[in-house]
Amino acid sequence: MKFIKIKEKAIHFFFFLTGISAVIILAGIFLMLVFNGFRLFEDVGLSDFFFGTTWNPSAYEKSSYGILSMVVGTFMVTLGAMIIAVPLGIGAAAYIADVASPKIRETLKPIIEILAGIPSVAIGFIGIVLVGPLIAKTFGLTSGLNALNGSILLSVMALPTIITISEDAIRAVPRDYKEASYALGADRWTTLMKVTLPAAFSGIIASVMLGIGRAIGETMTVLMVTGNAIAMPHSFFNSVRTITATIAIELGEVPYGTSHYYALFAIGAVLFLISIGVNLVAEIFITRFRKAGI
Amino acid sequence: MANNFSTVANPIRKFFFNGVKITAFILLFVLVTGCERKELGKASIQIKGSDTEVNLVQRLAEVFMEKTPDVSIAVTGGGSGTGIAALINKQTDIANSSRSMKEAEIKQAQNKGVEPVAIVFALDGLALITHESLPVDSLTIDEVAKIFKGEILNWKELRAPDLQISLYGRQSNSGTFVYFRDEVLKGDYSKYMKMMNGTAQIVEAIKQDRAGIGYVGIGYVVDSKGNVMNGIKVIKIAKNVNSPAVTPLDPENVKTGLYPISRPLFQYTNGIPAGEILKFIKFELGEKGQKIVSSGGYYPVTADYIESNRKLGILD
Repeated sequence: MKFIKIKEKAIHFFFFLTGISAVIILAGIFLMLVFNGFRLFEDVGLSDFFFGTTWNPSAYEKSSYGILSMVVGTFMVTLGAMIIAVPLGIGAAAYIADVASPKIRETLKPIIEILAGIPSVAIGFIGIVLVGPLIAKTFGLTSGLNALNGSILLSVMALPTIITISEDAIRAVPRDYKEASYALGADRWTTLMKVTLPAAFSGIIASVMLGIGRAIGETMTVLMVTGNAIAMPHSFFNSVRTITATIAIELGEVPYGTSHYYALFAIGAVLFLISIGVNLVAEIFITRFRKAGI
Repeated sequence: MANNFSTVANPIRKFFFNGVKITAFILLFVLVTGCERKELGKASIQIKGSDTEVNLVQRLAEVFMEKTPDVSIAVTGGGSGTGIAALINKQTDIANSSRSMKEAEIKQAQNKGVEPVAIVFALDGLALITHESLPVDSLTIDEVAKIFKGEILNWKELRAPDLQISLYGRQSNSGTFVYFRDEVLKGDYSKYMKMMNGTAQIVEAIKQDRAGIGYVGIGYVVDSKGNVMNGIKVIKIAKNVNSPAVTPLDPENVKTGLYPISRPLFQYTNGIPAGEILKFIKFELGEKGQKIVSSGGYYPVTADYIESNRKLGILD
């Protein structure tokens, strides 16, 4: 009897450990980024770091550590991706959840899930050989390696997230709502736009936030297709450098313990905070979506 | 209820534990035989670093391995900085580098008990390439520097049509990036320069960009017969306005130093190389190795470098 009790406790403890392991890992990563990142500010001023527009740590003349162009670049590429992916994703989700016959739905859903599994290098490659030249030709530019290219590819990568979660939210809207709408004489389009989509709103917002999280954190694809110029971008036709690309490019060669080394941790911490913020907003909307009981 | 469960579970459990035992045995067997084979049979050499050198060293390694089947050599790229960092962290036997190690890096290596030794095994001409349709054939070094520093922004300033110049360069972990900046620009790159993820990407981008200019190791743009790749043009370079513009496609120009942008290609080892690593380096510097170097679009080492290699005691 006693043995069983000890065993129960041990098992309980084991599962407690596995349960909080994610929290421990997350806290560990964050503390490591912050502790290393903070040592940068022994050499570089806070405002130079956050509001400086030139990032050139291994410069010929004078090193500078301004992250503003990178932050702008990251947000620009992400914003562009969402402008493309949100209408497309919600439209696709509404079609699959509300319009498509069961047979079409069962074919479409796995295909969309496969889209999520394409390696980012492969998508980047398509960006170089196909999307880039196409952009250059369409807009009369000499080069298609710019923010627009990154946005298009990231929208493809964020689509599966947006479609699957939005679709769940739309399908969770109770039939009563729709039937009530039909009973009042509304047609299918009006019901979808005025009843179903608004009822699924918090779920859809959650899907968009998770899509943004996917886009902000993506590294390889943007590294390959946005050109990585360090200048402050002025339009979607400029080359941009994202935070993730900078870390990926420079971490391989940075000498240990230098300002440059700590600077990479500092921008890592900035990126971490941004994506935590995005995920937090998504989480808030998901909870609301569950509480609404639909 | 609990009793019921265990009677059902027993045979399953037995089967499961047997499975574990068998798997463990197989794993152990594989591990033991695997280790044995590695230790008794093949010696392995890790080579890492410069993207400029990776294809050339890969070819050298392939020929070497054909002759000595008991040695296996793995060659990977990633940039000179990456290779040097790996050497410092003792993760590679040879670091390929298209630039010499910085003093800070050497100090860092020594702190970790690594003694970097530099061996020059080939020379490289750095080619400036543009789209084949661009009506510019030659530039002076000064013009090249101004273009990449962002002081000349339009091709019309260089006897060509009105087109905004688009610059293509490597990323800061590249030895070519550092060499070109320190030796040709002597200043910082224009912040509008696109930083590409490897030499092959620069070539690909220039093929599609009629206003583009980029710098690449010459081996990347010529095939084994010395013909330039389709779609791009190799620009002739002059030391200054008074000297003739020459092409790097003629090996003589690079060897005599008439073509101004050439540089030694290094391999760094931890201490004077010995054993299989020494054998491989001797092969590279030998007649056959140097022939492979030439056919790859690079240039054999000159007398000065042969002498400095001899001083290391690695030549007979």
